[in-house]
Amino acid sequence: MPQRARRTWIPAFAGMTLAAMAAFATPAAAQTIAITGGTVALGDGSEPIPGGTVVLRDGRVVAAGNVAVPGGAEVIDATGKWVTPGLVAGFSRLGLLDVDAVDAANDVSSEGPFSAALDIAPAVNPNAQPVAINRADGVTRAVVAPAVGKSIFAGQGALIDTGADLDPVTRPRLFQFVELGEQGAEEAGGSRAAAHVLLRNALREASELGRFGSSIASRGPEAQPGVPENPTDPKLLTPQAQRSQDVLLTRFDAAALVPVLRGRQILMVHAERATDILQVLALRREFPNLKLVIVGADEGWTVADRLAASGVPVIASALSDLPAGFESLAATQSNVGRMRAAGVNVAIGTINDDDSRMAFRGRYYAGNLVGLGKVPGAAGLSWGEALAMITSRPAEAMGLGGELGSLRPGRRGDVVVWSGDPLENSSAAELILIDGVRQPLATRQTKLRDRYRNLRQDVLPEAYKR
Amino acid sequence: MHRRAIGAAAFAAALLTGCATGGDKAKPVRINQDPFPSTYQRYPGAPTLIRGVTILDGEGGRIESGEIVLVDGKVQAVGTGLSAPSGAVVIDGTGKYVTAGIIDVHSHLGDYPSPSVEAHQDGNEATGPARPEVWAEHSVWPQDPGFSRALTNGGVTALQILPGSANLFGGRSVTVKNVPARTVQAMKFPGAPYGLKMACGENPKRVYGSKNQAPATRMGNIAVTRQTWINAQKYKREWDAYEEDGGEMPDRDLAMDTLRGVLAGDILVHNHCYRADEMAVMIDLSKEAGYKIGTFHHAVESYKVADLLARESICSAMWADWYGFKMEAYDAVRENIPLVHQAGACAIVHSDDPNGIQRLNQEAAKAMAAGRRMGANIPEEVAWTWLSANPAKALGIFEQTGSLKPGKNADVVLWNGNPFSNYSRPERVWIDGALMYDANNPRLRPVSDFELGQPGEGDVK
Repeated sequence: MPQRARRTWIPAFAGMTLAAMAAFATPAAAQTIAITGGTVALGDGSEPIPGGTVVLRDGRVVAAGNVAVPGGAEVIDATGKWVTPGLVAGFSRLGLLDVDAVDAANDVSSEGPFSAALDIAPAVNPNAQPVAINRADGVTRAVVAPAVGKSIFAGQGALIDTGADLDPVTRPRLFQFVELGEQGAEEAGGSRAAAHVLLRNALREASELGRFGSSIASRGPEAQPGVPENPTDPKLLTPQAQRSQDVLLTRFDAAALVPVLRGRQILMVHAERATDILQVLALRREFPNLKLVIVGADEGWTVADRLAASGVPVIASALSDLPAGFESLAATQSNVGRMRAAGVNVAIGTINDDDSRMAFRGRYYAGNLVGLGKVPGAAGLSWGEALAMITSRPAEAMGLGGELGSLRPGRRGDVVVWSGDPLENSSAAELILIDGVRQPLATRQTKLRDRYRNLRQDVLPEAYKR
Repeated sequence: MHRRAIGAAAFAAALLTGCATGGDKAKPVRINQDPFPSTYQRYPGAPTLIRGVTILDGEGGRIESGEIVLVDGKVQAVGTGLSAPSGAVVIDGTGKYVTAGIIDVHSHLGDYPSPSVEAHQDGNEATGPARPEVWAEHSVWPQDPGFSRALTNGGVTALQILPGSANLFGGRSVTVKNVPARTVQAMKFPGAPYGLKMACGENPKRVYGSKNQAPATRMGNIAVTRQTWINAQKYKREWDAYEEDGGEMPDRDLAMDTLRGVLAGDILVHNHCYRADEMAVMIDLSKEAGYKIGTFHHAVESYKVADLLARESICSAMWADWYGFKMEAYDAVRENIPLVHQAGACAIVHSDDPNGIQRLNQEAAKAMAAGRRMGANIPEEVAWTWLSANPAKALGIFEQTGSLKPGKNADVVLWNGNPFSNYSRPERVWIDGALMYDANNPRLRPVSDFELGQPGEGDVK
C-alpha cells in the first residue's frame, strides 16, 4: 500500500462493493490506517468520543480518541459513523458447524472415548457460513467451546478470529470446559454429587500424571515447565509417565487436566444455580491454583458479593429471565447489571442460545441492558459498560485483555465502522478490519437477497443471476 | 378470506332435537362445536386518556403528539386535541409511543412451558403423523411464567398457541388473551376461530422416518397429507348429508371433525413450511383438497415466492434473522420480511420462542432496518402492521383487535420510548382496557403460581 494519504469512502451498501473491498484486502504489514471523524467507542467501559480518530499500524491499534492523524496514513473517513473494537463473542460454538441438524457438518460435541483431551482447534472451519454471517455483523473474535458428550469435561476451547482466511485460531487450548450444573449432573450419572467426585478424581489423576511433568514438558515460545502443550503428545506414552491402576480417565484426558490443575489453563465452568456457583468458588480451597471462569450464572446476582470477592470472572447470559430449568429459578435480565454493580468482573456470552450461529445477538442484548436502566427496580448498564461487555470484558475474562477487545494502544487491529449506534437494531457494520485487514461484507445471505429481490421473469432462470 | 368466527352462542350445546317427533328420518344431532368455551371476562379498567403521545395504530396509521381514549374496555377515540372523559386517568405520553398490542401468531407458551422439563413436553403428539384430533388448549398450562414475560417485556396482548411440528397434522391451535388465569378457558379469546397446525418438510419425515414409519420422505409427507384430506372429504360429505337430511348418524371422529371444520372454512390453516418449493406444492395440495392456507409459518424462503404468496393471499409468519439450524433454514436472508411486504403479501413477525416473544418489536426493527438498507423505505407505522393488524387477520380476530380503531378492544401498549429501539420497554399494557402491567407499580406485575415462593419472586424479569 503506498505510503501517502488517501481517502477512502466507506461503502454505504456493502454487497455492491465486494470487488472494491477485495482489492483492499492486502496484508496489514507496514501500513498505517487512520479512521477519522466518527464517534469512537474504545470498548473499555468509557463513553463514546465524538469526532474521534483511530490509528492502526501493522495490524495493531496505535492510538484512539482525540489523536492526530499520522503523516502517510491511509485515511478512512467515518464522519457520521460509529467506530468500535470488533465484537468479541464471550461464549460461542462458532465455526464448529455449518448446520446444527446435519450431523456430518456439526463438530460441537463428541460421543467418542475422549473428553478433556479434545482440542477444538482442528475442528474450527472458517469457511462455515455462521463465521461469515457473524463477521458481517461485526463479530471479529469468539470464545469457542466444545459441548460435552459423555463426560462432564467437554475438552479444550479456543479463541478464534472470524477473518476471511484459513487461519482462524488466535489461541488454541485457551481453556478447559466443564459442566457442573444440571447438565454436569446428568453427564456424571444423575447427580451433582457424582459430578463433583468425578471432577476431584480427574484432578487427582492429573496430579499423579503431573509428577512426571518434567519429562513431558514441551518446547516452544509458550511452553510452561511441566505442562504438556499438547495433551496428545506421544511423549506422554513414555514408560516414565507411570500411572496407578486406580484410574478412570484415559491418559490423554488426565494429561489435559495437568495445565488446569496448575493454573496454566483456564477452567471454564458452566453453572447457573446459586449453590452451584458457590461450589465452583469453593474449588479453590482444595485446588488453589485453579484459574476459574464461570459461564452462565443465571442466579449470579443472588451471590454477587461472593463472586465479587472471589475475583472470578463471569461470562453471563445477557437476557436470560425465564426459569428455564430448576437451576435458573431466579433468572432476571437485571442479573448482569446487579453483578456489575456489586463489582463482579462480568462479561456477556450467552451459553446454549444458538451459540453456534447467533453470536451477533450480543450487541442487541447489550442494547437491551442499556434500556433496562430505565425500568424501575431493574439494573441496567451505561452505554459504555454495555459495549465493554461484548468487547473488552470477555477478552479480559479469558486473560487476553491486553491483546484484544478494545481500541487501547497495542491491541489487535480489530475495528468495526457502523452506520450508527452499534447497540441498535437499525445499525449495520459497514467496514470491518481484523488484524488491520479489511474483510468482505457480502455473505451467502446477501447474495441470495440480491438474486431474489426482483422476481420478474428474466431471459434466464435465477440460477444464472449472481 | 372466508373466515367465520365460532361465536360463543352459535353452538351453545349439543341440541338433541326430534327425539319425540317420530317420522321416517330422525332429525340430525347437532355437534357442539365449542365444548370448551371461553370463560374470559375482561377485568375492570378506568377510563383513560393518554395525551401528547406518538401513536402507531397497528394498521399503518401514525399520529404525532396525539391522544387516545380508552373507555369500557374499548378504544373510544384516537386523534389529536381529544379531551378526557370525566373521571378519566390522564397519562402524559410526551416522548413515548402508544401502539396496538403485539399479537404473536406462533407461540408454545403453555404447551412447552418453563421450566422446560420432560414432564412439560406437551406440544407434539408424535404418535402418528396425522393427529388433527388433539387440541393445544388441552396441553396449555396457564401457570407458564413465560406469559408474564411476554406481557411485561414484550407488550404481547394476544397469542396463538400451536401444537408442534412433528406431525403433518399437529392438531388445533388456541388463541388466548395474555391475561393470567386459573384455566385455559379463562384465557381463550372470545370468538376467535380455531386454527389447524400443519407441517411440511424435515420434521415429520424425520420423526416418523426414524421410527421406520411413513412418512420417511418429503414425497411421503405429501402422500399422507393428501390421503388424509381425501378421508376428510368423505367424512364431510357424510356429515353434511346427515346434517341436511337426518337419518343414521355417521360415526363421529374427532380428527375428521377438525378437518371438516377446515374444509368448511371455519378453522384456519397454519402451515409450518420453510422452503419455497414446498410452499408451492402445499398451495396446489390445498386446492386439490378444497381448503385455503391462511399462513405459512417460519416461511424462511417466502422471499423466493413472494409473488405467488401475494397472489394467493397467504400470510408469512417469519423471524428477522434466524438461520442455519437445519437444512430447510439454510437459505434464510435478513430481508425476508421486507421482501414479502414489498411484494404486496401479508408479512408477520412471529416468535416460536419464549425469549423471542419478549422482543418481537425489536425483531420488526431489524427487518425494517434490513429493508431500508436495500432501499425499501418502510415507515415505522407500516412495519407495526407486522406485529398487530396482520397477525390479527391471520388469526381471524381483526374485527375485535389488532389496531387502535374506535370500538375495538383496548389492547394497548404504552412504550417508554420508540419501540423500534433496543432502549425502549413497555411502560404500561392494557388488555380490554384493564391495566395489566405498569412498570412503575410492582403490584401490577403478574407472578405465576410456579414462581410464588421461589428465589426472585416478584422481581423485575
